[in-house]
Amino acid sequence: MTATHDVDMEKMVVVEGSYSVAHAVKVCRPNVISAYPITPQTHIVEDLSQFMADGEIPGCEYLNVESEFSAISALVGASAAGARTYSATTSQGLELMHEVLFNVSGMRLPVVMTVVNRAVSAPINIWNDHQDSISQRDTGWIQLYAEDTQEAADMTAQAFKIAEDKDVLMPAMVCMDGFILSHVYEPVVLLEQDLVDQYLPTFDPEFVLDPKNPMSFGAFADPSTYTEFRYLQEKAMGVALRKIEDAANEFNEIFGRYYGGLIEEYNTEDAEIIIMAMGSIIGTLKDVIDAHSSKGEKIGLVKVRSFRPFPKFEIKKALKDAKMVVVLDKNISIGLNEGALFTETKACLYNTHIDVPVAGYMIGHGGRDIPVSTIEKIIDEAKAAMKTGIDIESQFTDLREELL
Amino acid sequence: MSPELKSKPKSLLAPGHRGCAGCCDAMAAKFTLMAAGEDCIVINPTGCLEVMTTPYPESAWEVPWIHSLFENTAAVASGIEAALKAKGTIGKTKIIAIGGDGSTLDIGIRSISGAFERGHDFTYVCIDNEAYMNTGVQRSGATPFDASTTTSPAGKVSFGNQRPKKNMPAIIAAHGSPYIATTSIAYPKDMIRKVKIANETVGPTYIHAHAPCTTGWGFDTSKTVEIGKLAVETALWPMFEMEDGEITKVRKIKNPKPVEDYLKMQRRFKHLFSMEGGEEEIKKIQAIADKNVVDFGL
Repeated sequence: MTATHDVDMEKMVVVEGSYSVAHAVKVCRPNVISAYPITPQTHIVEDLSQFMADGEIPGCEYLNVESEFSAISALVGASAAGARTYSATTSQGLELMHEVLFNVSGMRLPVVMTVVNRAVSAPINIWNDHQDSISQRDTGWIQLYAEDTQEAADMTAQAFKIAEDKDVLMPAMVCMDGFILSHVYEPVVLLEQDLVDQYLPTFDPEFVLDPKNPMSFGAFADPSTYTEFRYLQEKAMGVALRKIEDAANEFNEIFGRYYGGLIEEYNTEDAEIIIMAMGSIIGTLKDVIDAHSSKGEKIGLVKVRSFRPFPKFEIKKALKDAKMVVVLDKNISIGLNEGALFTETKACLYNTHIDVPVAGYMIGHGGRDIPVSTIEKIIDEAKAAMKTGIDIESQFTDLREELL
Repeated sequence: MSPELKSKPKSLLAPGHRGCAGCCDAMAAKFTLMAAGEDCIVINPTGCLEVMTTPYPESAWEVPWIHSLFENTAAVASGIEAALKAKGTIGKTKIIAIGGDGSTLDIGIRSISGAFERGHDFTYVCIDNEAYMNTGVQRSGATPFDASTTTSPAGKVSFGNQRPKKNMPAIIAAHGSPYIATTSIAYPKDMIRKVKIANETVGPTYIHAHAPCTTGWGFDTSKTVEIGKLAVETALWPMFEMEDGEITKVRKIKNPKPVEDYLKMQRRFKHLFSMEGGEEEIKKIQAIADKNVVDFGL
């Protein structure tokens, strides 16, 4: 299903992407926010701090902690004590959280965090790619990727609803591209408090730290029980697949905006070439595809909204009749020479009757611009590969040979 | 049961945990809970206490208890405090972090510094058994001078750990904590009294409890309390209270015993009595005790 927006011009305001997300967090009525400043996440936490200073988030405590490690650790305690919890970070901050991320999901604490995607050091670089969140792929967090600032805000409310669902209870990252989305001013509808209250139930967990009913959280599990904890996390992610769709549909019913559930398909019907990607690059891709469509060329797009859980079924269904698939990744597994979406797309097509060539392009590392001409070049190569087969399975895009 | 024992507060650490006979951690946790009562939440880093009390699906804790990681205990505690504040229930429920010396002085010091600087209303209890016991007696920042551990072993050219203990109470004091006390599990009444004061004091408070470990220090399981008392009686472990950065109370020692009385009972200092030059080393340790007598007016 393609994205649909009931655009209410009168409700639209031009704000920074970070502001629309901070505002979304505010109307989700968090109880504990804990964060450490890091570029390009800072505007979100500054806006939230201002909301706190103005008394606009009642029943909420904001912790200015001394590191990202403590930012997320504080939310372990807060969430276990029954609080709706939020943080935001990026890049080095997210990498510093790594150990705690496993802990949060292992303890089944539905923390929601915005990841303002940025490259990781070295070399140090503050601009956008997806290496930070992709590197946290296996930590047991739901990972959703937003295309624009409106979706990043809307996805925040959806993330709370999905994560806190009693059949899920898994933490969620809302990933939005650093600067490209966090610092851009666009017209958006700020989430309405009354509609959010209608959409998002209060957080009322069954298991809390409460002296009236003492429970132990975080016991150690030996080989006779550890496996089952992991199995149940995986099972919860399986449930989350359905809940992500539900959350998107319910959001559409109340707010009149829909971006797809697990994926969004754009012009995929009868498409010969299908491009796959995540995040803000989707906007550019839609423009390019529109131009080709007007010339009668059959090029489609699969926007992956949910990278974890990975929507194998939906992806297979979307790709099954394509003649050529191209996957764009703003990340690399060094030593594999592949981006994660490419690797996983290929993997989910294996052991099926779908026989379609898949080519991978690693693109936009460290914030390198992705012009339309680059996409056109990739499409040209895809057209050629459709006839002659793939020359290079996975490759860097726009390499500056003169620097090598 | 004697009438005196009957009147003692109920232990909220259930028996049947997997602690060693003579375990200092079990004593420290029990005394802390005796002081706190039922209306508390305990945060416990990775370590012996966590492992021995909560092998899933068992738990020895009769109060709400949480273990997250090794180095984030104070941050987790601050999150719990914030959640209670947000819910409007802060002030009644005591929030108590209980960590070992490794997680307190070494790996967890960043999150402790942050939580104390932010001024959360909680009590941090450090159970100081002077090395990483859960992993097999490796040196920590709390290991005393010349103690032999598995990563600071005595050898042909070494008398063991070459650095004195890190002064954690002073570090906490520098954060402006309203109440800090050192105590020892060998003095239960003292420890319970101090934990109670810490709990009742608003703001981040700190209890540093000296805790002899039968396994790590190498002494008979019946001697935990005796060794703990000797540390105090030799002036190697001064017991004091600080309010708003000033020492307000000190436990006086009438006639400090020679440090040999303490050292000779423990395997970790055995080399000082057999190696050439050991006598000189013992003199250095005596100098540490003598300085404590002067510094704290013991």
